[in-house]
Amino acid sequence: MKSFEPRIVAFLCNWCAYAGADMAGVSRMKYPANVVPIKVMCSGRVDAEFILDAFEKGADGVFIGGCHPGDCHYVNGNLRTRKRIAMLKKLLAEMGINPKRLRLEWISATEGQKFSRVIKEFVNEIKELGPSPWRR
Amino acid sequence: MKKIAMYWGAGCGGCDVSLLGIHEKLLDLLNEIEIVFWPCATDFKYEDLEKMEDGSIDIAFYNGAIRTEENEEIAKLLRKKAKILVAYGSCAIEGCVIGLANLYEREQIFDTVYLNNETTKNEKKIIPKSNGLPEFLPYLKSLNQVVKVDAFIPGCPPVKPVLEEALNALLQGKTKFGKSIALCDECPRKDTKPEKIEIPRFYRWHEKEDNGECFLAQGIICMGPATLAGCKGECISANIPCTGCMGALPKVKNQGIAMISAIASLIAEENEEAEKKIIESIDDLIGTFYKYSTAKLLPKGRLKDEN
Repeated sequence: MKSFEPRIVAFLCNWCAYAGADMAGVSRMKYPANVVPIKVMCSGRVDAEFILDAFEKGADGVFIGGCHPGDCHYVNGNLRTRKRIAMLKKLLAEMGINPKRLRLEWISATEGQKFSRVIKEFVNEIKELGPSPWRR
Repeated sequence: MKKIAMYWGAGCGGCDVSLLGIHEKLLDLLNEIEIVFWPCATDFKYEDLEKMEDGSIDIAFYNGAIRTEENEEIAKLLRKKAKILVAYGSCAIEGCVIGLANLYEREQIFDTVYLNNETTKNEKKIIPKSNGLPEFLPYLKSLNQVVKVDAFIPGCPPVKPVLEEALNALLQGKTKFGKSIALCDECPRKDTKPEKIEIPRFYRWHEKEDNGECFLAQGIICMGPATLAGCKGECISANIPCTGCMGALPKVKNQGIAMISAIASLIAEENEEAEKKIIESIDDLIGTFYKYSTAKLLPKGRLKDEN
């Protein structure tokens, strides 16, 4: 059987998480190529609809990366994301999707290592969960 | 004279009655139309409908959702016979309250309704099967998940101002009508909405004495911000928060998620644990935010994620 390679959409904020991913890149740190990064100005820009859309279009997991609380370039955009993701996880569970398929992490511009680590973790977790039920 | 048909799919019958809600305007309307098919009010048979020429009905209204083979068959038949097919009411448009059944499998529904129900005596364990009866479909569908729909009249059921505008437009052959603003814009409590809303705790509307102000500001979930205007806030006038029967605004794909995004931003910011607790206090997210559109959210039923 061909091993399952998950498709993961990652929404990364311009100021921290995306810069963190860049840092991982320039430092030649490795992380799985299953992630499709999408740069947004702020993790608060990620409407819950984007996430549901990603799942509907076949994503096996959705990753959101934002600034650490208190560090948001727009003061409290990431705090809104935190509440929104908590609510969305509850909705996903009610819909019959494992809420683990949605992950929120705070990654600062210097945390290339953390980015590489959490992406590895997340990809492994999704591999264990298998393809998204929306795809089947 | 315009030829009109009205069919009652899987619904409560409120839509058929709602047509009477336009009161004396109905008399003017009756001068302009000829009813050629309306099983709920007049004695026409399905054969009569089959015998009509294709495209001979000017406007066909379909109310109710599609739950049985019969509903589906008539939807397809009406599509053939009608020039304009109108999804009338929330059930036909997005599945409505009965669409919540998509959270359960057909067998679970039969079990609850016919077999293990305290108020039902069914010793022979009879459940609807294809013994000549139309089959109960695995999942509930809205009209436009089955056939192409030309126009939509929202509401559960459509109320007078919405209906009047829609009927006037349709009789002139127009299929685009209705507003494109949110209910909050025409809410009778609009002036009491504060600049900034912060919700430290959610209340269900029987848990709190209503102070006559914006429901969201009181911590009571009101679907106004994500719901299409047009009803003039009839429920709000009766001191009941909006549950969203008019559906999403034209540019919004998904009403429930739009409201979830909005309401999450209104929760008072504290720490992660406190926020989680506030969110956990909403018992049923799908029943609250997708009360009318579960059939759109889960067209093939509840998803099954192993593990």
